[in-house]
Order: sequence, then C-alpha cells, then structure tokens
Amino acid sequence: MTAIFRREVASYFKGMLGYLIAAFVLVFAGIYTMAYNLSGVYAGFEYTLSAIAFIYLIAVPILSMRSLAEERRQKTDQLLYALPIRLSDVVLGKYLAMLVVLAVPTLIMALYPLILSQFGTVSFATAYGALFAFFLLGACLLSVGLFISSVTENQVAAAVITLIAVLLLYFMSGLSDFVSTEAPASLLALCLLVLLFAVVLWMLSKNPIVALLTAAVGVGALLACYGADSAAFEGLFGKIMVQLSVFDRFYTFVDGVFDLTAVVYYLSMIAVFLFLSVQSLEKRRWSE
Amino acid sequence: MIEVSHLTKRYGGHTAVSDLSFTIEKGRIYGFLGPNGAGKSTTMNIITGCLGATEGEVRIDGHDIFEEPMAAKRKIGYLPELPPLYTEMTAEEFLRFVLWAKGVRRSEWESQLCSVMEKTKLFDVRSRLIGSLSKGYRQRVGIAQALLGNPEVIILDEPTVGLDPAQIIEIREMIRALGREHTVVLSSHILSEVQAVCDHIMIIAHGKLVASDTAENLTNLLSGGMTVELEAKGSEDETRAVLDGLDGVAGAAYAPGAEGTTCVTLTPAEGVDLREAVFKRFATSDVPLIELRKDKATLEDVFLELTQSEPDLTQKEAKGA
Repeated sequence: MTAIFRREVASYFKGMLGYLIAAFVLVFAGIYTMAYNLSGVYAGFEYTLSAIAFIYLIAVPILSMRSLAEERRQKTDQLLYALPIRLSDVVLGKYLAMLVVLAVPTLIMALYPLILSQFGTVSFATAYGALFAFFLLGACLLSVGLFISSVTENQVAAAVITLIAVLLLYFMSGLSDFVSTEAPASLLALCLLVLLFAVVLWMLSKNPIVALLTAAVGVGALLACYGADSAAFEGLFGKIMVQLSVFDRFYTFVDGVFDLTAVVYYLSMIAVFLFLSVQSLEKRRWSE
Repeated sequence: MIEVSHLTKRYGGHTAVSDLSFTIEKGRIYGFLGPNGAGKSTTMNIITGCLGATEGEVRIDGHDIFEEPMAAKRKIGYLPELPPLYTEMTAEEFLRFVLWAKGVRRSEWESQLCSVMEKTKLFDVRSRLIGSLSKGYRQRVGIAQALLGNPEVIILDEPTVGLDPAQIIEIREMIRALGREHTVVLSSHILSEVQAVCDHIMIIAHGKLVASDTAENLTNLLSGGMTVELEAKGSEDETRAVLDGLDGVAGAAYAPGAEGTTCVTLTPAEGVDLREAVFKRFATSDVPLIELRKDKATLEDVFLELTQSEPDLTQKEAKGA
C-alpha cells in the first residue's frame, strides 16, 4: 500500500494537479475570509468554511476523476493486478494520496483562525471543529469520486458523473423540502429507488435473475411494511434524503456542535465507497 | 512450475479459452504460438492473476492463483501486451516503485536495480521520463519491471510486437539470456520468432491447445513430414510410364511444369526413401530427370494446418498429437 500511496502523492505533486487543487481551494478561502472576516469584521471562520463548501463541486471531480479511470485507460491496471498487492491496498493507497492533496490547503487554512485572532477574539474550538468537518466532508465526497472513477475508464465521464453526484448531495436537503410528504408518494419514490438499484445491479452483474429477485424482494418488503404501518411512510422519503445529505452534517459543525455521530456517519460513508471501489476493481477482473 | 488444468474463459457467449490444460516445467523457454485472437493473451492474463477464469485451475509452483494470489504472484514476472508504464515517471523511479510494490527488501534494491538495468541495457535512459522513451526502450522497461524481485517465471506477451528488426533481435537475445536463469513463457503470432527462441512450442487455436512439443518433433508430426519432389523433361504420360509400378509409393501427384516438363510429388510409404529407386528408373528410360529433391514439411506448414482448420477438426488433431 505504501508503494502505491507514495507513487500517487509524488505524481500529484510532480504534476500540476496537487498544486492546482490547493491553489483553487485557497483562492476561494482567501476571497471569502477577506469578505466575511476582514471586511465584514466577523470573527467566525466557520462561516467562511460553510460559504466555500461549494468548491467541492469542482475540486472533488477534478481530483478524483483520474485516480482509477486513468489506470484503466493507460492499461497500467494490469500491472496492479499482476503485482503481489491486494486490491484493497491499491484503493486505500490511492485514496490516502488524495486525502494528502486535500490536507495541504486544509492545513494552510488552519492558520487563518490564528491570524484572525490577532484582530479579536476567535472561538478556536468552533473554527477548528468546522475545519475538521470540512476536511471530513471533502474526504467523504472523494470516496464517492474514487468509486465513480473505478467504474469508468473515461476521465471526463468520471468527472461529469462525480459532479452530478456531488451536486445532488449539495442540493439534497434543499430538494427534500419539495418532496411530497404523503405516505403513498414516499412509497412510490422508494419503490422507484429499489427498481433503479435493480437496474444498476443488472447492468453491473449482467445477471437478470439476481436483479429481478432484488427488485421483487425490495418492492415486496416495502409493500409489506406499507401494509403493516402506512403512517410510518409519511414524509419518510424526505427524511431519508435529509439523512443522506452529507453537506447538512457539515453545517451542524458550523453551528458550533461537535457532532460525533456525524463523524461516524462520514467514516462509514467512506468505508462503504472504498469497499465498493475494491469490489468494482475485483469485478472488472472477472468479467472483462 | 506452472500447472494449468481445464481452463475455460467465456465472455458472454464467446468462448476465448476452452478446456486448456498444460504443464510448464522449470528452466525452459516456452513459446505460445497462435493466430491473433486464439486466446494467447487471455491465457496469460489468467495465469498471472490479471483475469478470472470461468472454470479450471492454475497452480504456480503449487500455489493456486485464485486461492493464494500473493504467494503465486511473487513467483511471476509479467509483461502484458501493452507494457503497463506510468509515463510521467522516469525509468528508474518506475522500477523503484515496482521493487517497493513487489515487497523486495530495501537492502536488495540497489543490487537488483543494477543487475536488471544491466540485463535490459537501461543505464543510459534511467533518468528519462518513460513518456519520452522510444517503443523499444519502453519494452525494455516493461521487461525490467517483470524481472524485478527475481521471479522464477517470466511471462512475456508478444514481447517484440511493434519493434524494428534491430530491436527485435536485441529483445530475442535478451530473452534467450533470461532463459538461462528463469523459466520463460512468451507468446507470439510470428512463427520464426518462436522457432528461434523457444525450446518448446505450444500451438493454440480457437482457445484450444492443438500441439505441444519441441520444434523438431512438431515438424516430424505430419505424416513423417517427407515427400519427394521431382521434375522430368517429358509429358505427363511419359513420366507416368517411367514411374509406373514403383515400390513404396503411397501417393503421386502430377502437374505440368514449365516448357514441356512435368512436376511430380511422390509421397513415400512409411520409412521408405524413394530417391534412389526414382533415379534408377529415370536412368534406364529416355526421359531426362532434371530435378530431384526431398521436401521436409516446415513448421509453417504444421502451424497453418493446425490453426486454419475448423475448430472441431483441430480437437481431433490435438488428440492425435
């Protein structure tokens, strides 16, 4: 794993990408710190962070798009398969290297509250808590990007799909307000989700029986639950959307709450997507 | 060293490799020969763990490639058809990365790097970016990568494809030198290459092994491999009259030659040399014999006959072989 990790970090910082990402994050952090904290004379750095969370819409797809897709395009994945290393180590090494790239601007931003404290009282706990959550949010989105990059061999496709995914996550809690709260609507939406999942499963595994079975079991279970307790479905879909909104968790930290469940939530999301990435690499070896 | 048994690989409805079994012994150079699309690359990818198999088993020195991939992969160095190189690294950086990834002890890095770069003649380009190297040098970096960690088996998939003649000769010499220390398996669709480099030839067609033997044995495989070709200055009838009733002739084919001559191809019966008898017949006749030679089937003929027949036919031949 260390070999992969070192190679990736070196390649990010020998090329432009590592510096580009750092510069991109820092430019926005600088502009917003200037506007909010310096010109606006406001001591809370966490609000600056919450205002620049949108930069992940650009930074994450650009950083994660090449990680696994490029290996496939250049056929260097054959080397990774033939080397005596586990695929989980490959994925982990690549992921940690991306975290290093993200850590560089994060560490530089860690200086900002110190600078701001020269001009007034800064709540360090809130500022660093928010910065920590800001990094975790980025880490979480990068794991999604890594997975998407593992599915395709085209960097541009990986970037676009990741952008759409991050965009959806970004607007998720806002969109959930517009979702009908009625029980049948929730049921319908959940059934559609199950069907969508089955279709994706079918495309990935090329096994119609498994996909059909998944769809049948999923929809059946939903209908059974609905029959048992239809009141529970009221507003359920909206609630699920809020639960899945990774950005919302970050905003709790901005409000000054160090939410341990959110940390666990982010770490589990990361674990799930890294696991999926390993499976996607493994699957590629068996079906190609 | 490598045992492959009943290996099958299907892609959807297409069968790339079907029920392939063979054993590779230590210390020899093996050549996988077959037309494009015969299943050579697929087989090699499965042996090296890059690809899963639909059915069958591959054991490298007793380690199953699917059950114990780490132990099995440490014994193999693999150069795929397209050398898997990171173009943004220099040759030396890349080789160091592979040393690390292969888990070679750090105290051995320098000595291994030196010996491998010497074998592959990479010293001059060690600090150049791989992206700026010519195809010949890239191929050598690919071979160097396979050699690191000193694996017992080196597997090379079409190592000379796309190189110029001088480079091809260099790579072939390198492979021959490697054969002294490692077991080498290489694939090619070029017959002369396999003939020039390998001790043992395995011919694959339509995903099946149709022949597996040394080059000499393969050429003798076909009907003793021998025919007698002759050309006589006379009409076909005259020539037929001369050769009529000759002992030990299993078959004869007549064809008109240039300027009133007749060409004859005689297939002798098992273990008979017809040349002397033919000469004596012509000596006592009025028809001048202007050419007489023994023709041996070349490996090319064997290759073409084995690989171009229908899939179900090749299976029969494989059993006969």
